[in-house]
Amino acid sequence: MKDGVNGVALAVFIFFFLVVTVMGFVASKWRRAENADSLDEWGLGGRSFGTWVTWFLLGGDLYTAYTFVAVPAAIYAGGAAGFFAVPYTILCYPLVFTFLPRLWSVSHKHGYVTSSDFVRGRFGSKGLSLALALTGILATMPYIALQLVGIQAVLDVLGVGGGSNWFMKDLPLLIAFGVLAAYTYSSGLRAPALIAFVKDALIYIVIIVAIIYIPIRLGGFDHIFSAAGDAFAVQNPETGKPRGSLVSGPDAQWAYATLALGSAMALFLYPHSVTAVLSSKGRNVIRRNTTILPLYSLMLGLLAMLGFMAIAAGIKVRNGQLAIPQLFENMFPDWFTGVAFAAIGIGALVPAAIMSIAAANLFTRNIYKDFIKPDASPEHEAKVSKLASLLVKVGALVFVLTMDKTVAINFQLLGGIWILQTVPALVGGLFTRWFHRWALLGGWVAGMAYGTWRAYDTPSATQDHFGNTNLIPLIGEKGYIGLTAFALNVIVVIVLTFALKALRAPDGVDETSAADYTADAGDPGVRQELPPATAGAPGGH
Amino acid sequence: MTEPPTGTPEDAGRTATKATGTGTGTVTVPMIVAGICLAIPFVAMLWVDSYSRLTPAFIGIPFFYWYQMLWVLISTLLTVVAYTIVRRHERLQRSARAREAGERA
Repeated sequence: MKDGVNGVALAVFIFFFLVVTVMGFVASKWRRAENADSLDEWGLGGRSFGTWVTWFLLGGDLYTAYTFVAVPAAIYAGGAAGFFAVPYTILCYPLVFTFLPRLWSVSHKHGYVTSSDFVRGRFGSKGLSLALALTGILATMPYIALQLVGIQAVLDVLGVGGGSNWFMKDLPLLIAFGVLAAYTYSSGLRAPALIAFVKDALIYIVIIVAIIYIPIRLGGFDHIFSAAGDAFAVQNPETGKPRGSLVSGPDAQWAYATLALGSAMALFLYPHSVTAVLSSKGRNVIRRNTTILPLYSLMLGLLAMLGFMAIAAGIKVRNGQLAIPQLFENMFPDWFTGVAFAAIGIGALVPAAIMSIAAANLFTRNIYKDFIKPDASPEHEAKVSKLASLLVKVGALVFVLTMDKTVAINFQLLGGIWILQTVPALVGGLFTRWFHRWALLGGWVAGMAYGTWRAYDTPSATQDHFGNTNLIPLIGEKGYIGLTAFALNVIVVIVLTFALKALRAPDGVDETSAADYTADAGDPGVRQELPPATAGAPGGH
Repeated sequence: MTEPPTGTPEDAGRTATKATGTGTGTVTVPMIVAGICLAIPFVAMLWVDSYSRLTPAFIGIPFFYWYQMLWVLISTLLTVVAYTIVRRHERLQRSARAREAGERA
């Protein structure tokens, strides 16, 4: 490890950071509408994004800086088990293909801004919609915190932010954060959409270079994998088990498969994914995107290889998150290290912006408007949402600065389990109205409680709590807790639905009709672009 | 009984229409093919035992890794096929609906 500040790398890093800062503020003028003061404009970019912008936006949104640091870090730590990210991102697209066009259509028709808006409209239940909105906000906050952790990792390796007093130590992060908050506030979703172009270009360049250049320097993949195999075979003196393995062993396959499936089901229910999807201008924009987004999955697979390279290159770090930044610094010339770090840093800003906007939209629509001020005008909604996005980010910052990093990671893990519990209401609701709203609420409570309890009760590789796989009841194999909780959730929903229907419990009013789910922009009765007035008034006034 | 013959007992007496109503969920052979295309990756990826081995390696990368990355491409192609089918299906339905509306007017 080099000591002190890496001047050249830092200069390159700052250069790119300045470029995206300017872009972030300029973005407010990009494709600006006449009436910019509504949630549709600020929070969904005017619902105007075509296939390519949506591609960059979703790519920038889902494949975050944290992903880029964490996936290779997991491989570095344990080998094959960390590679489940690849089948996970393979499986999410067929799922997206099946249900998100329906969500887009019904949201476009009724002016829904969040997924909870849809649930309220479909089941006529503000309570259910509130439960899902809270789940979304809770799951998103630690995710934003992790993006800041990603920036911190890069700054650490760059050698800045290591001052003795806490203020100097955190100053670089505070600056990055302040800039992010300012342009999100002024430009809304347009800022991350525009910055995503830079982010993705940088990331693609860095990965292509890394995947060719580093193996050449390390003597080819043969050598890399034999070195990794040797390293994994070494037994951990504390547990007496080997560190990891190059393939998924027989007792780890259920875990591998359920983690992939469960994560795939959850990915597009995160508020930030829904926000990006609803900002697209047509039903088929999403379907087309399921055929081009896998390019990022391929990149993720290549990126995972960096974990093996870090082992072969003899990188020794106590904090696995630093393995990849350290690998870059050891392998690349200084100027390119700067480019690589800029890619990670900007890669954190884009999703952090979208996530804070998504959480703010949820707060505004499903808490503020539904429970505090039902007559809020579109302008007022946009104002509340802007402020909420600031609050969410400050919350994430406090999280990162005051608590241990593992807290953010633990909560992000719980977030995945929680988000999965919104599947029955959201995805189920897109296809059938058979489920009873109170049954859905009951299933949600059961799934949340079980998932949280089991995760807390399960030791992970590094601590006594917050593991993500444990024995599945009845099956007796180790599997992803989130998916087990989801199965319990579904069982509760079905049983309660039968019971409530037998008792003739009031079913709630469904404001959607079957044709709404297949509507497209330009259809008779569907506006090409939504006027802000209807967008601000859910349920058609 | 005023219910249409297709209604299941649970549907009786409810005003909410099923999402598969009004012809948008018509099952045709191409649509089944599209569904199969979308289902294949699940079988391939969740059957971990089928690819959990080291050989044959490709340019030094163990089978486990390159095989799954290859499936990124295969599943993408399958999605493209499904997309083509579904888009054609939706176009046909759209024009059919437009014709119906035209005849009524």
